[in-house]
Amino acid sequence: MKKIILILAVAVACSASISAQGRKDLRINEVMVQNTNNVIDDYGEHRAWVELFNSAFSPLEISSVYITNDKSNPKKYPVPLGDHRTEMGTRQHLIFYADSMPTRGTFHMSFALIPGQDNWIGIFDADGQTLIDEVTIPASLPANASYARIEDGGDNWEIRDGSTPDLYVTPMGANQIVDENQRVKVFAERDASGGALTVMAMCIVFSALLILCICFYIIGRINRKLAQRRKLMAHGSEIREVPRAERPDADSGEVIAAIAMALNEHLDAHDRESTILTINKVRRAYSPWSSKIYGLRETPRH
Amino acid sequence: MFGEFFAENLQRFWELTGFYNATWQHLVMLAVGLFFIWLAIKKDFEPMLLVPIGFGMLIGNVPFNLDAGLEVGIYDEGSVLNILYNGVSAGWYPPLIFLGIGAMTDFTALIANPKLMLIGAAAQFGIFGAYMVAMAIGFAPDQAGALAIIGGADGPTAIFLSSKLAPNLMGAIAVSAYSYMALVPVIQPPIMRLLTTKSERRIKMKPARAVSQREKILFPIVGMLLTCFVVPSGLPLLGMLFFGNLLRECGKTKRLANTASNALTDIVTILLGMTVGASTQASSFLTKETIFIFMLGFMAFIIASASGVCFVKLFNLLLPKNKKINPLIGNAGVSAVPMSARISNNLGLEYDPSNYLLMHAMGPNVAGVIGSAVAAGVLLGFLAA
Repeated sequence: MKKIILILAVAVACSASISAQGRKDLRINEVMVQNTNNVIDDYGEHRAWVELFNSAFSPLEISSVYITNDKSNPKKYPVPLGDHRTEMGTRQHLIFYADSMPTRGTFHMSFALIPGQDNWIGIFDADGQTLIDEVTIPASLPANASYARIEDGGDNWEIRDGSTPDLYVTPMGANQIVDENQRVKVFAERDASGGALTVMAMCIVFSALLILCICFYIIGRINRKLAQRRKLMAHGSEIREVPRAERPDADSGEVIAAIAMALNEHLDAHDRESTILTINKVRRAYSPWSSKIYGLRETPRH
Repeated sequence: MFGEFFAENLQRFWELTGFYNATWQHLVMLAVGLFFIWLAIKKDFEPMLLVPIGFGMLIGNVPFNLDAGLEVGIYDEGSVLNILYNGVSAGWYPPLIFLGIGAMTDFTALIANPKLMLIGAAAQFGIFGAYMVAMAIGFAPDQAGALAIIGGADGPTAIFLSSKLAPNLMGAIAVSAYSYMALVPVIQPPIMRLLTTKSERRIKMKPARAVSQREKILFPIVGMLLTCFVVPSGLPLLGMLFFGNLLRECGKTKRLANTASNALTDIVTILLGMTVGASTQASSFLTKETIFIFMLGFMAFIIASASGVCFVKLFNLLLPKNKKINPLIGNAGVSAVPMSARISNNLGLEYDPSNYLLMHAMGPNVAGVIGSAVAAGVLLGFLAA
């Protein structure tokens, strides 16, 4: 029985770790379909590109993930194994070129994007069935403009053509540069006195400890009842709840101490001590290795 | 020719020495370090903490030429001190200390009387009261949160939170938190006397019930799950605190509990104290903000102690006559374990020599440890980037 429980526990733990290793945090973040004067690839050419983003706060290995532009062929371009560059750091970006030239290396995919028509792009997990993320690039996307999430990993998309400082194309970079802690900014603006945070925080602290308090109040009661039941069962008596009115008043500490002392005197009983003194005969066989005569010089005689 | 070479090298060496590079700020910081060591050794103020911190201040403020590329300073990437400092800057020393605290702490008093947990919660008002004052002074919310945590009277929590929210203020916050923890016996008794009447100080509390082994084992498991489900951002501190306590209470991991509560805690305390002391460089420590931090820390301590005592008085209004709580244990809601509980006991004995409050005060005291970790988690959740 114990073995079965152990195997089940290990299986549950393993399945949890499998899902934790999933690529669900991978996002298609920005796409350029027609590139004539934007990013240059490692062969010095302008190619359509797809930027992926690791939206997790932990590194993500994306080898064996599939990138495709064909819903009926999810395994169109597998990200190759064995390239250390496919390990994406926390909140990092990575560009893949859609140039139909997979022989040029890991980041050159086996399909191209076609300007002037809607382009669907999807990422599938290593099983080739689980869709991680997808996007349809509108046909209206101009040359050298990108279709990008407004915020990295966010839900909303926009066309970026560089016409304003906010609409710059950001290959391998954050789509929106955040130069200050937004939460702090909001609290500074909307809760300048700190009162709202104080009230919220105190409510949370009280709730957390109140829940714990109630929980242990209940556990304590259950435990006392169980102990009482066990005690009565051990003594062979029938279990009967003593009504509150019949219960004796609690004795004062002095009375309890006097009873305890009297019992101690009468029974000559002692508490169980945490320190136990044991006297055992220890046999020490002689060994020349531990003999003092080999380690000490003789006292000089005069 | 040789003489010139000799003189040139001596001159270069002289320029590397502390004597050449010393400024008055360095000397002030060295004096502060010596003062801490003096306080610890002569006055017995938290010697386990103030000796490492004080000596760390000496180490961190030995002047040297920063442009010489010696790579010895605590902020020099890859230096020995910098590697040791990683435990503070990345925030992994405090959870290890919490592991030790958990392995040392007996939660029996709290389990026996769970309502004492609420006193630990009430005392956290010191943190948020100080937060409001810090905001009024003009600190940014994240800085205000980092320095307000001093009111929790918990050094590791203060270091953990400030390393996340305001790393530039961490040295001053840590020194302030530990200083006031050492001054608990001076700060708290006048507040307790001021807020209580003589008859309240003589309230005798019922002896705590016996707590079974099963309850003691359940406490860290249920405690961790409940508190961390409410405040997941407090996971590093609360998780380690309750884990340490489970090691202690389960009865099967005595060796691990012993290591966590003795050797490990001692090692981490040495490294934490020394590196925190060394991080207090004159340029970031001798500023106007440090004065404010010490003032606010003092105030936070007073508010925390007072709110604990006042909460007990209010709570007593709801309790039946035979179940009243002695308000002198309210101060123990701050997590200076077991110092503030001892103060409750001593003060109680002063007014009634047969009224031992120590075990009752240990309840809110250990609840304060949980409460301050929860409060830190809340602040982190609201204000972290």
